[in-house]
Amino acid sequence: MTHALLVNYQYCSGCHSCEIACRNAHGYPLTQWGIKLEEVAPFELDDGSFEWIYEPIPTKLCDLCADRTARGEDPACVHNCLAFCLEYGTLEEMTKRAEELGSRVSIVLP
Amino acid sequence: MSEQFETEWRKGTPDDYVVRTCAWSAPGCHPVGCGLKLHVVDGKLVDVEGDPDHPISQGRLCVRCLSLPEYIYHPDRIIYPMQRAKEDRGNPDAWKRISWDEALDYIEETTKRLQAEYGRETVVVFSGTGREATLYGVAMAYGVFRTPYHCMALSGQACYGPRSSVANFICGNIGYPEIDIAGNYPDRYDDPRYTLPEVVLVWGKDPLPSNPDGFFGHSIIDLMKRGTAMLMIDPRVTWLGSRCEKVLRIRPGTDAAIAMAMCNVIIEEELYDKDFVSRWVFGFDDFRARVAEMPPERAAEIAWCDADDIRYIARRFAGAHPASIAWGLAFDQQLAGGQAGHCVMALCAMTGNLDVPGGILCNASSVVTMNFLGKWRTATASNLEPGDLENRIGHEEFPVFTANMFSTQPDLILEDLENDGPVKFRMGVLQSSNLFTSTANVLPDRWYEAFKRFEFVLATDLFMNPTIQAAADMFLPVKTFVEQDAVVVPYYGSNLPYIGSINKAITVGECLDDIEINIAIGKRLNPEYWYYEDSKQFFDEQLREAFDLSLDEFKAMHIYHPPYTYKKYEKGMGRPDGYPGFNSPTGKIEFKSTLYKNWGYEPLPYYIECPYSPVPEAEYGQEVMEKYPLAMTTGARKYTSFHSEHRMIDSLRQIDPWPIVQVHPDDAAKYGVVDGGWATLENMFGRCNMKVQVTPTIHPGVVMAQHGWWFPEEDAAEPNLYGVWKSNVNVMLAHKLNNPMGYGSIHKNMCCSIRPASSLDEGLAGNVEPALHAQAMEANAGTEAFLAQRPDQHHAE
Repeated sequence: MTHALLVNYQYCSGCHSCEIACRNAHGYPLTQWGIKLEEVAPFELDDGSFEWIYEPIPTKLCDLCADRTARGEDPACVHNCLAFCLEYGTLEEMTKRAEELGSRVSIVLP
Repeated sequence: MSEQFETEWRKGTPDDYVVRTCAWSAPGCHPVGCGLKLHVVDGKLVDVEGDPDHPISQGRLCVRCLSLPEYIYHPDRIIYPMQRAKEDRGNPDAWKRISWDEALDYIEETTKRLQAEYGRETVVVFSGTGREATLYGVAMAYGVFRTPYHCMALSGQACYGPRSSVANFICGNIGYPEIDIAGNYPDRYDDPRYTLPEVVLVWGKDPLPSNPDGFFGHSIIDLMKRGTAMLMIDPRVTWLGSRCEKVLRIRPGTDAAIAMAMCNVIIEEELYDKDFVSRWVFGFDDFRARVAEMPPERAAEIAWCDADDIRYIARRFAGAHPASIAWGLAFDQQLAGGQAGHCVMALCAMTGNLDVPGGILCNASSVVTMNFLGKWRTATASNLEPGDLENRIGHEEFPVFTANMFSTQPDLILEDLENDGPVKFRMGVLQSSNLFTSTANVLPDRWYEAFKRFEFVLATDLFMNPTIQAAADMFLPVKTFVEQDAVVVPYYGSNLPYIGSINKAITVGECLDDIEINIAIGKRLNPEYWYYEDSKQFFDEQLREAFDLSLDEFKAMHIYHPPYTYKKYEKGMGRPDGYPGFNSPTGKIEFKSTLYKNWGYEPLPYYIECPYSPVPEAEYGQEVMEKYPLAMTTGARKYTSFHSEHRMIDSLRQIDPWPIVQVHPDDAAKYGVVDGGWATLENMFGRCNMKVQVTPTIHPGVVMAQHGWWFPEEDAAEPNLYGVWKSNVNVMLAHKLNNPMGYGSIHKNMCCSIRPASSLDEGLAGNVEPALHAQAMEANAGTEAFLAQRPDQHHAE
């Protein structure tokens, strides 16, 4: 069954916890990332509000924490996410979840 | 064997186990007590993750806890006591490892010798912020060294204390007012006693990275997901601001004008809770007349914002029930911050949001839980002689501060050191404080010079830092919370939704925690008071006294929520005498303060312009606008550091490698600085270099300069001291520009120019350079002239 990460980027606050939690789980060196936070830097909209997006991107090194999920745990990035904006499940579950959330959601298959 | 080994909080075998614990310090953080699971193999911490069963953090964890293994086993961490000769200060090669017995012998002999010659008060204990030292530093001063001098070397003690004081002066000892995030309940937001706030106004605060005072910042996200609408007042649209319904972006340091205008709108449009005001508010008519002098148009002109936006925020806040205000450090660090805070209390009260579900929590003094360990620390004053505290430095110039604060007014401590009197300070203790780098504004180079007065400086910390390298003679190694059995106390005890158990997982070197250091030195200097065998006995006694719990019972519970009752003022629970009302002189919320009036200060709120603001109304406005035209604020926080900590932690430094000054694109174009390039900030007090981040989120005409920067990779020896003067924005802040009572500072209220620089080092020697120091001292004379005839110095009639 295909598993996926869901990123509710309306609430990703850019805290970097996913990056460090991933390093802890996999032992990657400072030169490598299993998941990396990227940013759409803030810009002003016509009504004076700001668009500003953080979103973590899993890399080739992401195995969706196969060891952890085999034990029934969430991937390390999902487990420690300060904003609870990361979710893990089957593609089917994540698609359903994305529909519930309605907008500003990514589903990622690393 | 393994069964005996397992406990409620530790599972596994002696060689491979997981410990469930709550965080505090070190590393530095506020006492939020986030939940962790620590995986230990062969005595070594190998992995850290959030504890999903923790009612507050619920499995979430920030990068400072996630990087604990790197922090704990960092090669630069100091895990044994060290000493060097006084003449070797500034020489990193002179430190020699010593035993704890040698350290304690030397401390005992030196303290007794200096106190015999100069009196008990010759010792002053400087504690850093946030860490457990904040709670146990006063006990170290009063209880261990038996000196009345404890100091947080931050001008006007401009962190938390001023806000707490305003709340207690206006509302009558209600503890620290905080937004209600259902932290009192194990089942949190679902508890039937709780109501979700309709609106939260985040004001002068960035709670997500800072986890302020005891507040789990991302609780704000929990509220938003459940439907709370957010408002913000700030010079910057922070990331949270980008998710707010409305952000009122203002010139920093003008919050009192905004707050008065909001009160004005709510009163004049009759949006307030008339029943509450008639029953529980004193001085409403005088207050109403005062804020009538601040219509939104006038506040908008002062604060560089739109009057209709002020009206919008005021109406939206007053129209929502319940609504709450998260007020931040900015209230402590601007000239009229106390007045802004006075208005915030009035806003919460007159809209009926004090001590109601989903509003503002008030932990009144009559409740048994108030000041659990906080009460203990101040009770250590029993080790002093009558009059010791009352006659401290400051009792004449800042009598209210001196009578109400357990620490001494820090600006006056600096002046005493510089003048060598009236107190002859000869021994200093740096207790988890890197004050030259991070807090000792103002003019940290003056503190640097002043520290040469001490014959002996003792430091307690985990890593070497510029302050200790420059000024200390002995280093005692401190434990991280991973190495401790202890208790975490949110808000240092003055608001207590829960307390958490800190459970020892590992041992590192010969480190001790702050309580253990107090006990170890206390047994030498004041053994009757420090009879505890260990810190477990200490915590066991405190828990039994406050909550009738043993330490073992508490550890089995892991998190204990003391009982909380809303609307205590209706139930006779807000005053020690059991009558309904608030514990103020009139029994009501004092919109016109009886205490201020009795003390000789203006009893109603007002706005005063900082003399260094780049506006024509400021005392030095014309010169400032010409030479230093940008409004400068500092103190903003990042996830990757706690003030000056964590600069040596590679995985965190990689995320935030350099000090940043945020500049609006219009100003960047005007002054020729570019995103990612270096720039020099300068004003009449000093200069520093930072990297520019050009961002439209900051108010045009304003720059935000980060604080707490030093460079562990640089030369440690004098004069470089890890480059501590290169990006030290504190050299640009005025000294002793406090409110008339001695509280607060002007971190958010300063000015600067900005110009491109080629590197971190260009043109810098810090204010230690004589010419720059002379310029700073000349500017300081201007501050003194302003204070001598300041418009709000007048006494009430």
